[in-house]
Amino acid sequence: MRVFFRTASMVGGALIAMALANPALAFTACQVTDTGGIDDNSFNQTAWKGVLDAEQNLGVEGRFLESQAETDYDANINSLIDGDCDIIITVGFLLGDATEKAAKANPDQPFSIVDFAYDPPIENVLGQVYATDQAAFLGGYLAAGMSKTKILGTFGGINIPPVTIFMDGFVRGVDHWNAVKDDNVTVLGWNVDTREGLFTNNFDNLDDGRAYAQNLYDEGADIVLPVAGPVGLGSATLADELGVDKLKIIGVDADLYYTDTERQHVYLTSITKRMDATVAAVIETTMNGHFEGGVLVGTLENGGVSLAPFHDMDDMVPDALKAEVEALRASIIDGSISVSD
Amino acid sequence: MKDATQGRVFGRTQLEDLVIVPLFALVAALFLGALVMAATGVAPGTIAQSYAALLKGSVGSIDAVSETLTAALPLVLAGLGLALGFRAGLFNIGAEGQIVMGGLAAVVAGVALADFPAFIALPGALLAGAVTGAFYAGIAGWLRAATGAHEVISTIMLNLISFRLLDYLLRTPLIQKEGRADPISKSVPDVAELPKLLTFLDANLRLHAGLFLTLVMVAAAYWLLFRSKLGFEFRASGENAIAARFAGMNAGLTIVMAMAVAGALAGLAGANQTLGVLGRATPGFSAEIGFDAIAVALLGRSHPVGVLFAGILFGALEAGGRQMQVDAGVSIDLIGIIQSLIIVFIAAPLLVKAIFPWGFRKAGTGKGRS
Repeated sequence: MRVFFRTASMVGGALIAMALANPALAFTACQVTDTGGIDDNSFNQTAWKGVLDAEQNLGVEGRFLESQAETDYDANINSLIDGDCDIIITVGFLLGDATEKAAKANPDQPFSIVDFAYDPPIENVLGQVYATDQAAFLGGYLAAGMSKTKILGTFGGINIPPVTIFMDGFVRGVDHWNAVKDDNVTVLGWNVDTREGLFTNNFDNLDDGRAYAQNLYDEGADIVLPVAGPVGLGSATLADELGVDKLKIIGVDADLYYTDTERQHVYLTSITKRMDATVAAVIETTMNGHFEGGVLVGTLENGGVSLAPFHDMDDMVPDALKAEVEALRASIIDGSISVSD
Repeated sequence: MKDATQGRVFGRTQLEDLVIVPLFALVAALFLGALVMAATGVAPGTIAQSYAALLKGSVGSIDAVSETLTAALPLVLAGLGLALGFRAGLFNIGAEGQIVMGGLAAVVAGVALADFPAFIALPGALLAGAVTGAFYAGIAGWLRAATGAHEVISTIMLNLISFRLLDYLLRTPLIQKEGRADPISKSVPDVAELPKLLTFLDANLRLHAGLFLTLVMVAAAYWLLFRSKLGFEFRASGENAIAARFAGMNAGLTIVMAMAVAGALAGLAGANQTLGVLGRATPGFSAEIGFDAIAVALLGRSHPVGVLFAGILFGALEAGGRQMQVDAGVSIDLIGIIQSLIIVFIAAPLLVKAIFPWGFRKAGTGKGRS
């Protein structure tokens, strides 16, 4: 069989030889995206930016494979295993099973996965997870303070932990505002206790983003937090058309003010999840030969999650509210306020 | 039409139709694809590299062949069903929904049969997929036969229903994986899995026993279509429904049967995916296979053997397209463009003949035969 394998690989002849004759670089970092595309202005793009940063600062070579459907996960990871990658980074909770399977079948290949932590840990996989609820808590508090209708909205892509953790933090931040200010701001689209809410069930349909935001707006929401990668761009389009007085959007993952420049004026802020920073850090560690399986957690304290600046809306946010958010940030970091109850 | 080719098993006309046209279509599509890449600013060296990767990723290694076939199997199965429908004059757009229902039913049956030995659990799960697909397509057939509702409309609607039904069913306790809040089914137990065929070579090779299932179904579809009474009725209704009715065939029953057989094959395609590749059902597991299969069926001229080859071509493009991304960093969207170009050219043989007139001689001189 081995002989057949050899002969078969000759089939392409000279052309293949040409393709294989890539200049051998010292270190190759390979990434498999989730659905939604590498240019989604949000989730996948942020993780890919980590590789690009590493390309620039560390001189590594980066490669990526886009998953177009969940059926692609296994195949995409497999095709990278033959591609002499020094580390394979899979981006997204939904790739958890596929990554686990590949990691166990190829124990010598280092893997890192964004948004998934294995329990018990796998030796050759480093999970990157984020305490997103810390930053989302700030976002919820801010939004509650900014809302005129006293109604906020949120919706998610799929009901999975890395998505709902945004919604959890957001709702609890609003609850905190209500408790402190004795106010009655409500959040549509997510119930922390029943774990039920509004989900598009995909991460790529911009029309859904528009329709869901429209529904929330019709129910009175004047600030909407879409947690669904590029789907949220559809919501931003609606906010752009209605005008920011009627509807503001809170971005997720990246600071969408910079990645979605066409509609940057609709973003009140963004709840950032610095996958670029952790991905670049993982690449650097691996490059230096210190790769170790386990879990890496991004928090407010280490800058793994954060609340982006208000940019164009800076003048609209009262100074008192800004100060309160800053104080809240400090309290979360020092542990005097818990975001998870 | 008595000419020199008649009586031969494989005459010049068939050679042109089945080999030369697709070959030239491929060349023309790759050429245009290269132009598209050049127009979007891809360097010539990268274009050559990406085509080398296309070849390498589709047939260049045992792994590539395994991936090509893995991608081809559901397309062939669903394409066979659609081809049968086309022969019976039914334009069934519903393969996607039938894949969804069949694939999900196979998972449910597989989980339910977990305590049985493989020789019961696997056939049981496959059968559940086929029967559910047949039933789901049969609804559209029955609507057509009983009320005259056009199958294009009803199958599109049934597709949409199946997507939402899948979302819903995946979150019911009977089906949803324990400890998960997102829509995802329980895993298919080992006994109901289509066994992997090449893991003794390399644990990453995904080709599975659905290969045999598919080949059997190609033969069965051929037999059904050209050797059985039912297939004759399908074809007769497809050619001329009124004449078929006056010849004593039950038009309504033929429609329902044709849709049900098509649905059974699409359901098997879904079962092939859930039992052979994915090991579970998730939203969107059908991955538009049902729509690609329409192109596969048309490309295969609604002939079971043609469908087999068209499916393999599509599988090769999918597996090779992945390699294009890895090696050359070319966007996955480009492979979609090239795929579409190939279909356009193959679907328009006259266009290919106009572009490459020297490839098509009236008498066989062998030119262009390679």
